[in-house]
Amino acid sequence: MSAETILFFVLAAAALGGAVNLIAQTHPIHSALSLIVVMVALAGIYLLLGAELLAAVQIIVYAGAIMVLFVFIIMLLNAGEEERTQISRAATWIGVPFAVILTALLGWRIWLSQAPVYAGPGVEMVRATRELSKMLFTSYVFPFELTSILILVAILGAVVLAKRDF
Amino acid sequence: MQLESYAVILSALLFGLGALGFVFKRNIITIFMSIELMLNAVNLSFVAFSRIRALLEGQVFVFFVIVVAAAEAAVGMAIILQVARNRHSLNIERIDLLKL
Repeated sequence: MSAETILFFVLAAAALGGAVNLIAQTHPIHSALSLIVVMVALAGIYLLLGAELLAAVQIIVYAGAIMVLFVFIIMLLNAGEEERTQISRAATWIGVPFAVILTALLGWRIWLSQAPVYAGPGVEMVRATRELSKMLFTSYVFPFELTSILILVAILGAVVLAKRDF
Repeated sequence: MQLESYAVILSALLFGLGALGFVFKRNIITIFMSIELMLNAVNLSFVAFSRIRALLEGQVFVFFVIVVAAAEAAVGMAIILQVARNRHSLNIERIDLLKL
């Protein structure tokens, strides 16, 4: 049990605890804070898996911008506790076992397959940030520029959609 | 068993929990957060497989998924704002004007 594995299990427990708390809590602000816990734990796991730039981007963009947006919306809409409503019984009795079986099946197949480590086409995984940035600006520059247009369109769309008088 | 295999199992678990939240919660914002949880689970799976195969394309794709999730969150929040203004409720059972 190396230190890496122990650290991974600690972070995985934090992520799973946050995810369970997200669906267990009734007030959306508690769910939002649990989701932030999940995202920070996942950023730690990305670091363990050798994706440093992604860990930083996850914290800055996902936990730092998107979740802040969520919290602001919860504040603006004055979201309160969820009401207790009747959940369809068919959904509970069929859905939950099905979801559990699906997840167990996925996990079992992954447990059985001990994936051998293939050597990629000479990519230096140790300096992932440098190689990742090189790829983003050479091979994948077209999708990169497209995403900037996507963000521009999203800004326009959000501003238009949130106007008070259409 | 390698660390990456554990990571893919964790990704499956997180995805399942996100799907559960998506189906069973009543508040729109919580449902949206379950969608974000599912996206995060998929990101983790991408990073794990990128390490297993020693290819960086997986991480490039995660980058783009994060960007698209940000754009989607912005537009989704604007839509939720309008819906909340019009229906005066965040409960999805109150937003059923299209129901037969």
